[in-house]
Amino acid sequence: MKLYCLSNDPNKPCHILTFKEITLMLDCGLSMQSVLNFLPLSFVASSKLSNLPNWMPNDVSDSDLEGELKENGDRIFVDSPPEFCPPLNKLIDFAQVDVILISNYLCMMALPFITEGTGFQGRVYATEPTLQIGRLLLEELVNYIDQCPKASFAAQWKNLIHKLPYPLSDSFKPKSWKQLYNMNDVNASLSRIQMVGYNEKIDVYGALKVMPSSSGFCLGSSNWIITSDHEKIVYLSGSSTLTTHPRPMDHHSLKNADVLIMTDLTQTPISNPDSMLGVLCVVVGLTLRGGGNVLIPCYPTGVVYDLFECLSVKMQDLGVSNCPMFFVSPVADTSLAYSNILAEWLSSVKQNKVYVTEEPFPHGLLVKNNKLKHFKHVYSDGFSTDFQEPCVVFCGHPSLRFGDVVRFIELWGNNPRNCIVFTEPDFDYTEALAPYQPLQMKVAHCAIDTSLNFTQANKLIRDLKPNTLVVPECYTQPPVSAPNLTDYVIENNHDRTLIPYKWGEVINLPLKRKHSQIFIETGVAQKIVPVEVKPGISLSSITGTLSIKDNVHSIQDLSSSVNKASKHVKYEWGSLNVTDFLQKLSQEGISEPKVESHGNVVVIHLQEEDALIQLEDNSTHVVCTGDETLRTKLRSIVMQCLKKF
Amino acid sequence: MPDIKITPLGAGQDVGRSCILLTMGGKNIMLDCGMHMGYNDERRFPDFSYISQEGPLTSYIDCVIISHFHLDHCGALPYMSEMVGYSGPIYMTHPTKAIAPILLEDMRKVSVEKKGDQNFFTSQMIKDCMKKVIAVTLHQSLMVDNEIEIKAYYAGHVLGAAMFWIRVGAQSVVYTGDYNMTPDRHLGAAWIDKCRPDLLISESTYATTIRDSKRCRERDFLKKVHECMDRGGKVLIPVFALGRAQELCILLETYWERMNLKAPVYFALGLTEKANNYYKMFITWTNQKIRKTFVQRNMFDFKHIKPFDRSYIDNPGPMVVFATPGMLHAGLSLQIFKKWAPNENNMVIMPGFCVQGTVGHKILNGAKRVEFENKQIVEVKMSVEYMSFSAHADAKGIMQLIQHCEPRNVMLVHGEAEKMEFLKQKILQEFSINCYNPANGETCVISTPVKIPIDVSLPLLKSEARKFSALPPDPKRRRTLHGVLVMKENNVCLMDVDDACKEAGINRHIIRFSSTVHLNDTGPALATAHKLHGFIKENLPQWPVVFAEGEISIESVLVKVEGDEDEQKNVYVSWTNQDEDLGSYILNLLNRMGQ
Ligand SMILES: [Zn+2]
Repeated sequence: MKLYCLSNDPNKPCHILTFKEITLMLDCGLSMQSVLNFLPLSFVASSKLSNLPNWMPNDVSDSDLEGELKENGDRIFVDSPPEFCPPLNKLIDFAQVDVILISNYLCMMALPFITEGTGFQGRVYATEPTLQIGRLLLEELVNYIDQCPKASFAAQWKNLIHKLPYPLSDSFKPKSWKQLYNMNDVNASLSRIQMVGYNEKIDVYGALKVMPSSSGFCLGSSNWIITSDHEKIVYLSGSSTLTTHPRPMDHHSLKNADVLIMTDLTQTPISNPDSMLGVLCVVVGLTLRGGGNVLIPCYPTGVVYDLFECLSVKMQDLGVSNCPMFFVSPVADTSLAYSNILAEWLSSVKQNKVYVTEEPFPHGLLVKNNKLKHFKHVYSDGFSTDFQEPCVVFCGHPSLRFGDVVRFIELWGNNPRNCIVFTEPDFDYTEALAPYQPLQMKVAHCAIDTSLNFTQANKLIRDLKPNTLVVPECYTQPPVSAPNLTDYVIENNHDRTLIPYKWGEVINLPLKRKHSQIFIETGVAQKIVPVEVKPGISLSSITGTLSIKDNVHSIQDLSSSVNKASKHVKYEWGSLNVTDFLQKLSQEGISEPKVESHGNVVVIHLQEEDALIQLEDNSTHVVCTGDETLRTKLRSIVMQCLKKF
Repeated sequence: MPDIKITPLGAGQDVGRSCILLTMGGKNIMLDCGMHMGYNDERRFPDFSYISQEGPLTSYIDCVIISHFHLDHCGALPYMSEMVGYSGPIYMTHPTKAIAPILLEDMRKVSVEKKGDQNFFTSQMIKDCMKKVIAVTLHQSLMVDNEIEIKAYYAGHVLGAAMFWIRVGAQSVVYTGDYNMTPDRHLGAAWIDKCRPDLLISESTYATTIRDSKRCRERDFLKKVHECMDRGGKVLIPVFALGRAQELCILLETYWERMNLKAPVYFALGLTEKANNYYKMFITWTNQKIRKTFVQRNMFDFKHIKPFDRSYIDNPGPMVVFATPGMLHAGLSLQIFKKWAPNENNMVIMPGFCVQGTVGHKILNGAKRVEFENKQIVEVKMSVEYMSFSAHADAKGIMQLIQHCEPRNVMLVHGEAEKMEFLKQKILQEFSINCYNPANGETCVISTPVKIPIDVSLPLLKSEARKFSALPPDPKRRRTLHGVLVMKENNVCLMDVDDACKEAGINRHIIRFSSTVHLNDTGPALATAHKLHGFIKENLPQWPVVFAEGEISIESVLVKVEGDEDEQKNVYVSWTNQDEDLGSYILNLLNRMGQ
């Protein structure tokens, strides 16, 4: 069994697992850190962003590079449609992938890169919410890039990477970066997904079974359990033990794995999501009361649902409930609608509301009462009439490189009464804000990441008791930002093997298969005669016709037509008692044998019959020439003196 | 051979109060727990005394599975759990869990408040009963205990209806509940994978009907309603609050819109909005089309259909009224019927099956006068139409389902005996599998083949595979596996004999036989050996005959030639006891050569 690591971002994982001749891809996350190097896409031509000065390295006079790089303060940005870093395609041909398992909607953004135009012919499995909400995220992303087409694509800068300043010089594999896929790719790719339910066992070519189990992180998020007859591999990605809106994590099914692959832990190991939510509420209250607007860059799903619910209550308490909340996203309406029809995937508190015909989330009601208004874009019909300040705006994209958030920063950036609050943990907020500096608006950082922190992860591992634990290498060392925090690692423990991996590596996983499974059918089962050879241990020899169908082995009764090879055979065991044997010989009329002993060996010579029987502890040799009647008689006497199974 | 035992307490050659007891692998499972609408006495509930003469059922039943919210499938549940007594788990889908208590309460009210039934369950009992329910999602594999595994499949029929696959050990059963193999206006078609159960228990309401196309039936229905409107008549459509009602509403809504009709359409139930809300929140259980468009337009927000008030009964002019219950056995639909029946301009459309004893059943059978308990007699002059909108599988659908899941046996329930007989013959002919249709209280025993999963050592499988692929290919050749089962505590493992002895800590005793045959064959010994090799191969074409270093070996049989060039040769033959047949066969062969 081998594990290939194709993504350099443990929070946007992509692995290949080969096992029993099946090639499985575990998640296809898309690392978006690359987009931070690009200039934000603004749909207003006069924006400050489009008027930044060009930048050239000192000793370079290549005219092809002209205009590719822009300067803002001490930072350099690429002026081109943003590019993304898809999973590594050098280690494996995607056409060979049999099955893709997706853990949650945040871990599938690279799917079109994997399945389209690569010869991929396998199956993709995801839960219904993962598919439906994942579609929203993919559509939103494509929409954001499409609404601001750029005239030219910058490419030359990649050849001069060594001459560029940090952090551009440190970019991860820029030559492998790609333009985003289009809607056709998205639709084609998503049409390959087969929806599955939690704890649905899916057969993979008879060799393996895969099963998603609730991971508690977001709507439809799952961990995957991969089993053969005797081995169990657990792939744990994007899990949460906190109580929010999704169905809680199912621990039980993850226990006692031979191999546990664990990734996608928290990106904010130091902060606690509850206190961050508290800070957020305070910041929102203060800003609104001071007459300022709050801008919350976000994804169109996930924690925002909790924020709508929580903030609407808080704003009431703080006396600012007359300030509206705006949710601006090309998929805002669908996101709100979907979240309320996925009751079966929600926490029991939310689920129980459905039984009394209440919607699980209050945002339907908030929309009805005009507390929450949703629009596709800032330029959509009705937005300008409904728009009212001060207000709270939720919109994408959290990288601040595209989407309506760009427009809001341009609008509000110069007013110190306004505040931008970062809640999504995917991007470093100072990096995200760099192209907009200098800014007057306040900045608050309240990243809410509900996925497992190191304490929770270590506790979970102790609970799950895997034989082998496989984690990204970075989880075995303290965070780069806080090297003294040695608690923020996955513990090594002598009870299990810890195997770290990193990008581009192929790891051999220790799994020695000793057993397989076979089905015994009626005829064979009826012929089983257990012989107790020791207290508690019985043996029975069995013979049958072996049939192998879809990798499933079964053994059936021998049909009468088979050749001599297939006779039911039994085995003798133990030692033969010489006195007993001699007595039986004489009973059968074979008299006066000559008996000689040489150590452990007893030789019995039947002079008259010209036969020799040599007895040892664990063997009997009958040498008998010619006379078959005699040999058959001797055989039956020997067998009478021995036990068999 | 292990058995599966099935006893219908209801729905055996009968429609109404579905309740089937299933026993396999020492586990007892109750499939559905319905009531019969046609009876007011003890016959309305299944006869639970069959299970236990007295006292609670908990120790006799391991779990209860409810297929869908129709009362003939869940109507006796609070009675069973709260009055007879059962505290074990009850399984149903989320929509069923949401909707069933509403229908139960509705029925309770009709029975207790209108009919004055005694000995009926209370509202609190419905609540307590529902607390015992565990909701399941489609395709989720759920372990009831260490041995019972269940899995729900989409059944169409009504919102949340499910078919259940149940496994105990190596035995498995599929219970369909009511299902529908063709998608309708708001639900999709039933689906199941090739799960090859030992037994498929299928409903057979429409066992002999091959229904005409859906479109035709709809057109027919709309035409009749339209004609009635034109002549100023009133149309009564008795329905259950959830299910067919929503489909017919969608149908009328679009027709009224298209034809620009003005006659009012009423839905006579406070529940309407609530019911439609369920459809909205469980939209993932409806069909593709509704799911796709729900964000833009909620199919269940009706423009033309308005709430009904009792006072409208005597309003003049045409109207269409949906009223509950669906079989005209009580409540508002019956009240309206009594008023409208004597007018020949009016029409009642029965969109579903009616159980025996109900007014619906009587008028569908042509009754022109209906007598009620209080001696009131109603003349039926209105036209009575039966529209099979009830989404059950027809004969074709049932055959399709059998084809999809490939059961070893089929059992028909929830249908009429003569119709079942017809379908039974058809199943026997087409699939050559056994088909049963026990009556209520009759136990049916089905033997299932043994299939015990055990561990097998990989080296054993590999050595067999090596041997098999070494032989010349022959499509007719069977593969043979031979090994020793080691049974130790609860572990059973198949391995080769040497590993088995090692595992058990015993010594094998090997018996070997040797014999010498004299051959008159001049020339070098090796040449003789070559000749013998050819000869043996010729005689044992199916066997792996190996020739190496002057020795011939076939399995454990060894043949060795000795002797100088111009002498008689001694041929030694030796074999172990396990190859006795082969060894003695070869010895005989050589002996005949030597003669
Ligand atoms: Zn039904």
